[in-house]
Amino acid sequence: MNYIFYFLIVISIIAGAANGKLSGVVNSILTGAELSVKVAFSLIGIMAFWLGIMKIAEKSGLAALIARAIKPVTKWLFNEIPADSPAVGDIAMSFSANALGLTNAATPIGIKAMEELQKENTDKTSASNAMCTFLAINTAGFQLIPATVIAVLIGAGASNPADIIAPTLIVTTIAFASAIAMAKLFQRFWRPQPVSPLPVREREEFVSEQSELTNPGEGSNGGTQ
Amino acid sequence: MNILSLWALPSIIIIILTFGLVKKVPLYEAFTEGAKDGFKTAVNIIPYLVAIIVGISMFRASGAIELIGQVLAPVLNKLHVPAEVLPMMIVRPLSGSAALGVFSDIAHTSGADSYAAKLAAVMAGSSETTFYVLAVYFGAVGISKLRWALAVGLLADCIGFLAAILVCSWMFT
Repeated sequence: MNYIFYFLIVISIIAGAANGKLSGVVNSILTGAELSVKVAFSLIGIMAFWLGIMKIAEKSGLAALIARAIKPVTKWLFNEIPADSPAVGDIAMSFSANALGLTNAATPIGIKAMEELQKENTDKTSASNAMCTFLAINTAGFQLIPATVIAVLIGAGASNPADIIAPTLIVTTIAFASAIAMAKLFQRFWRPQPVSPLPVREREEFVSEQSELTNPGEGSNGGTQ
Repeated sequence: MNILSLWALPSIIIIILTFGLVKKVPLYEAFTEGAKDGFKTAVNIIPYLVAIIVGISMFRASGAIELIGQVLAPVLNKLHVPAEVLPMMIVRPLSGSAALGVFSDIAHTSGADSYAAKLAAVMAGSSETTFYVLAVYFGAVGISKLRWALAVGLLADCIGFLAAILVCSWMFT
């Protein structure tokens, strides 16, 4: 994230200067900052609503029931987290909401899944394999019906807007399958997170002490992307 | 299919509430307890969102996207990709609203029945705003070392775009 942040900003300033758009780049700092707060504030209400609903699903045992139903799949995909973790149910719900194009519900539930995965994570500052796999599934953007896209096509006067459904479904399936394949591959060959023989609770304390001692940015765990 | 989309959320809500009632969960208390966490999380992701959204806004304003476009144009010419679809492929992983803007621009200027509009539609419908998703999800739990998440996210987008080009040239030409 350090490199992404650095290059995004430095390249923008250099390219802006080269294109004579430097004032636009400077103005975009303000509009970008405003936009990010707007995005976060627009999330507050819907986050609160869906996490409230999900709390009921969790307390009633419905979430655990869903998790058990899809156990064979999640056990293979997320082999590093316990099969009865609440994260499993959240991941399933978030994926289904995404597939149906219900972004408003998918994001809050997905974030809750990340919080559950963080509890199982051995190094709280770097992404676990389970998290990367979950986000690989997520960023592949599997969707059954591209409702927004069809709406725009209808608005532009398309004669048969539905004819993009079949190709989109084929493409989204290819992207989704390759994301899973790559996740499995990267998981095997990428430098692993530090493994500690200590039980999770003690490991957490150990890791937080370690990160205070070592220079941030020079951690021995996974590469910074 | 429209009926499925319309009824998906309402039926999820009814099922969860009814199941909770049957299992004698204190619905109102459980709901507000969960909702409190939602508020906290939404506020917690603000610093991460500012970092990534400001960076992306600066990048878009700098004209760097047009530069990348000039570099990639000859390659895409060989694959018979209309030039107006190119910004779509660059913007899609960065910003969902900008990608939608590019797409509706293509649909209106090139025509909603044009090959460019169909290809852009398939690309938009089959990919995600990778940078935004990573910023929000990792920001929510305070993770800064992404390991292989970004690499896989962007590779999946590239594979999706290539697949879109192949499938569309097969189905629509």
